[in-house]
Parts: sequence; C-alpha cells; structure tokens
Amino acid sequence: MKDRIENEMKLEFISKAKNEAFARVTVSAFASQLDPTIEELADIKTAVSEAVTNCIIHGYENKQGIVKIVGHLKENEIILEISDQGKGIENIDIAKEPLYTTRPNLERSGMGFTIMESFMDSMEVESIVGLGTKITMTKKIKPKMEIEEEDFQMITKD
Amino acid sequence: MESRFYEEDKLLVFKITDEIDDCSVQKIRRKADYEMERYMPKRVIFDFDCVTFMDSAGIGMVIGRYKFANMLGAKLEVRNLTQSVTRIFEMSGILKLIPVAQDLQEA
Repeated sequence: MKDRIENEMKLEFISKAKNEAFARVTVSAFASQLDPTIEELADIKTAVSEAVTNCIIHGYENKQGIVKIVGHLKENEIILEISDQGKGIENIDIAKEPLYTTRPNLERSGMGFTIMESFMDSMEVESIVGLGTKITMTKKIKPKMEIEEEDFQMITKD
Repeated sequence: MESRFYEEDKLLVFKITDEIDDCSVQKIRRKADYEMERYMPKRVIFDFDCVTFMDSAGIGMVIGRYKFANMLGAKLEVRNLTQSVTRIFEMSGILKLIPVAQDLQEA
C-alpha cells in the first residue's frame, strides 16, 4: 500500500478569463500526487474550469477581483475550495438547476453546476449576496492497487 | 482553429486546435461566424479531433453556431468527438439536435 499523502496548497489570481487554463492546469498538477487516471484528472480539470469561470463571469461580472483556490489532499481524496468575493448567488437551488443561466444571450449553457456535481463526488455551494461564493468539491481517487487486483481477478476468472 | 472550404461540396470544415473554455470560445465564435458568412456553405462541420480539453463553454458555442448556420441555410455537424467531449455533449442533450458526421475522410 502506498503512503498516505497529506498536502495542502493555496492559489490566488486575478479574475481574468486567461487564468481559467492556469487554474485547472495548476490544480491538476497538484492532484497528480494522488496518481489519478487520465479520466479522473480530466474530471477535476473540467470541474475547476467551471467553478473558476463562474467566479469570473458571475461572481465578479468580468470586473477585477481575486479568485482563491485552496486544495487539500487527504489519503486518496482531493478537496477543493474555490471562492470569490463577488456578488453572491440569491437562490442557490435555482442556480444549480441544469440549463439555468442568467446570461442566455451570451451563449451560456447553464450546465456548470451540473457538470461539477457529476464529475466530482460531492459539491457544496455557500453564498452570501454581496459577499461572495464558495464552492467545495471532493473527489476520491481510486487507489491503483485495487484496480490491479480487480483486473487480476477478471483475468483469472476467464 | 483551422478552417477549410470545399467549394464543390459547399462544405466548410473547422478543425478546433485549442482547449475549449470560456476564454477561447470567444475567438472560435468570431472566426467561425466570419467564415460562415464569407463562404455561405451548405454544410458546416466542427472537428474535435485535436481538442484536449472542453468544459461547458463548448456546449453554448456549438449551439450558437448551430443557430447561426441554420439562419444562413446551412446544416451543422460535429465529428471526431473525444471521450471527454462526448461526455459533456451527452450531458447537455445537444447530440439529439446536432448529428455526428462519419461519412468523410480526414480533411
């Protein structure tokens, strides 16, 4: 069994659209310490991209602000908190509904929260109008040993 | 993004070579709309073969181009969807609306 990693990181950047790629690549480099599969890493990158885009477009409405990401690695789980100090969300339940968007004219799909929820194991939204929004997401990375054992069992069954 | 127009078939192919997110769709959208108006194709294909990343911004971008193509009297299709692109498109349901092209060789 591999050693359990305990690690933490903090990342802060200006709310520019160009930083979306920076944020997801940085988080994915951090997450790779848990030895995820390419699919697991792609899921994390997509969820981070959605959360950061929300901060920039909706939280700060394209005005300048700071987007903050705190990441923890605990055992085989990654915990990510992505927050802004922007306008906040009035009704979180409505905002989370698939296809709901406040900006249909800008070709927004309204699928951000749905993607975060389905690509990660858990997703929570805390928001105070006028103060900002914080998303907390977690994802368990399947230990590679288990996968190998499963594969081995499948092979021996044949 | 690279584009190629096949005069004889009135076919316009866009090969997306960037990661697709909120930042890059603005560029893609501008170029695609400009070229569609310029060539007035009958058929438009978006090729996702070189797309290494796409988030939900890709859904809005494709629906937007689908509507624009319709307005110009063209049919829009997508092709070479990678596994992660397929997952996001399927989640949004747009593959019920937009066909996946398979009958063409590499452009």
